[in-house]
Amino acid sequence: MTSKTIKVDYLARVEGEGGLYIKVKDEKVTEVKLKIFEPPRFFEAFLRGRNFTEVPDITARICGICPVAYQMSAVHAMENALGVRVDGQLRELRRLLYCGEWIESHTLHVYMLHAPDFLGYQSSIHMAKDFPDIVKQGLELKKAGNEIVRVVGGREIHPINVRVGGFYKIPSKKDLLVLAEKLKRARDLALETVKWVAKFNFPDFTQDYLFVSLAHENEYPFNEGRIVSSNGLNIDIKEYEDYFVEEHVKHSNALHSQMKTGENYFVGPLARYSLNFDKLSPLTKETALDIGLSKTCKNPFQSIIIRSLEILYALDEALRIINSYETPEQPAIKLEIKSSKGYGATEAPRGMIYHHYKIDDDGLVLEAKIVPPTSQNQKTIERDLWNFVPDRLDLPLDELTWQCEQAIRNYDPCISCATHYLKLTLDKE
Amino acid sequence: MARKPKLAVWKFSSCDGCQLSLLDCEDELLALAGNIEIANFLEASREVIKGPYDLSLVEGSITTPHDLKRIQEVRKISKFLVTIGACATAGGIQALRNFQSVSDFISIVYATPEYISTLEQSTAISSHVKVDFELHGCPINKEQLVEVISAFLFHRKPNIPAHSVCMECKLAGNVCILVSNGVACLGPVTHAGCGALCPSYNRGCFGCYGAKENTNTSSLSNKLYQLGVKNQDIQKLFRSYNAYTPAFLKESKAHD
Repeated sequence: MTSKTIKVDYLARVEGEGGLYIKVKDEKVTEVKLKIFEPPRFFEAFLRGRNFTEVPDITARICGICPVAYQMSAVHAMENALGVRVDGQLRELRRLLYCGEWIESHTLHVYMLHAPDFLGYQSSIHMAKDFPDIVKQGLELKKAGNEIVRVVGGREIHPINVRVGGFYKIPSKKDLLVLAEKLKRARDLALETVKWVAKFNFPDFTQDYLFVSLAHENEYPFNEGRIVSSNGLNIDIKEYEDYFVEEHVKHSNALHSQMKTGENYFVGPLARYSLNFDKLSPLTKETALDIGLSKTCKNPFQSIIIRSLEILYALDEALRIINSYETPEQPAIKLEIKSSKGYGATEAPRGMIYHHYKIDDDGLVLEAKIVPPTSQNQKTIERDLWNFVPDRLDLPLDELTWQCEQAIRNYDPCISCATHYLKLTLDKE
Repeated sequence: MARKPKLAVWKFSSCDGCQLSLLDCEDELLALAGNIEIANFLEASREVIKGPYDLSLVEGSITTPHDLKRIQEVRKISKFLVTIGACATAGGIQALRNFQSVSDFISIVYATPEYISTLEQSTAISSHVKVDFELHGCPINKEQLVEVISAFLFHRKPNIPAHSVCMECKLAGNVCILVSNGVACLGPVTHAGCGALCPSYNRGCFGCYGAKENTNTSSLSNKLYQLGVKNQDIQKLFRSYNAYTPAFLKESKAHD
């Protein structure tokens, strides 16, 4: 009887702390655990009793990489509770802010976390010794995303300018026009990025995923839409908990999500792209088809291409918003506090994120529920590893371990989010 | 050529934002990597070069029995240890658990509480080991981070102003929003570092950078009362991202 363990105590190039444990017995995978041991932080508990106005700032602290996703989900859920809608240029500014986060977060992942796997480097710093211009290009692109978040949000990490109802201060047309000049250059870099990553070697690993994302009738989804799936699900955001459940497993401080029907599902760039291809900008669609992608993508290793395409899209969209921007009359709309429940879902860089709150007559939080993308993808990541390892058991253990890590990094998992919640161990007997 | 100093970055309970600040130094990162050896920084690299390290940057607070042991190990293998951010320096937003029973918290969030291993309190790194310098902020300011790294690696004192946000606001030429607009603002008692960001965006400071030294928090509370801010809202102002920093803790308890 032969056995083998693939084990990574601390996964690198992911956000937060987790590991992997895979056990192989007689050439069969018998156990796969994506271990999430990042300490729990209990946000849902201590949000109780806080003012609804504080929630966007507090939930931002769940994740330093995607604070905008938390702020946007929180404000939309609260506005849903209060029965108001933020429209016009304020809505556009929120979309612009989200473009900034997609560019910054996706570029971090493409250049610094994922590309080193494809080219055989331990990190982007190691990669910079052989490819200095490429790494500099990545840093410049990332900076452009951060610039958007800084101009609209006040600062890159935990922006301070977002509030329920709108913003504290609105940027001038001039501020945005200065920004636009940098974004035009960044758009050229994004196009180069797509062409660069499209040439990588991708393992032949097409999976039959159940994709879930938001979908909006007129636009590629950021802040609004209905929840749709590749199986024909089409529901209102407030119905999320009727169709999706979370389960608590022993090896993870993050709750695992699944459909109530028991299926695991996939959120993130591949799902968004495959369910919303037609809503991408003409340049993004044309670029995708030029490099030989089809309108759906089911190879998770190619997520690096899809992220690059979404960077390109976000730059196109940011420039569109800036070109038609007119300074709104008021930075925020008026709110009337009432006891109610509200639901919000937006598309974080890593996939759909769901928030639900219940507030009282004074606007104090009675109940909070937050479901980040990484908890929703945990089961699917484990499923990928079950399917990925058997064909590759002849590889030397260190190489197999590295490839398993890469398979996890396909999801750009954010463990800090998931524990509000990675560690790899492969056990081969 | 002399050996390059070795840098390690450690994560405890946190959001990753402060260590991300290092990767957000887009203009300085490659120059930095040319002058120091990034020996242990899991978020950026698979390669882990063994300690000891010349400088350890520690992000996050201590919240589990395992982390209690781990921080002792980190201290042993670090010549200098610098905490980065409100979690490492003051326990962070997750220190809000310290005001309630953690078992109630676990049952609110997790269906099977017995799977969760956690301490009653979220505490600052300095509660457990000697800390050579504390860099404030939720999140930290990345320019200040570069300053601290250069200072420690070249054996000089970091040039990080310790005055209040109020001072930064005056330097920015802002009109005082507390005095002129009656907006509740923690600027007078909050450690500088953000560049008076919130007041520059027409909102009151909410204390991301924690308490500055020698604060008069009760005087500020009296002023807030006069403006009509409710007792429980004053308490919430002091009880957020730096709730367990001593000056803010004392003030928030005064409003129980």
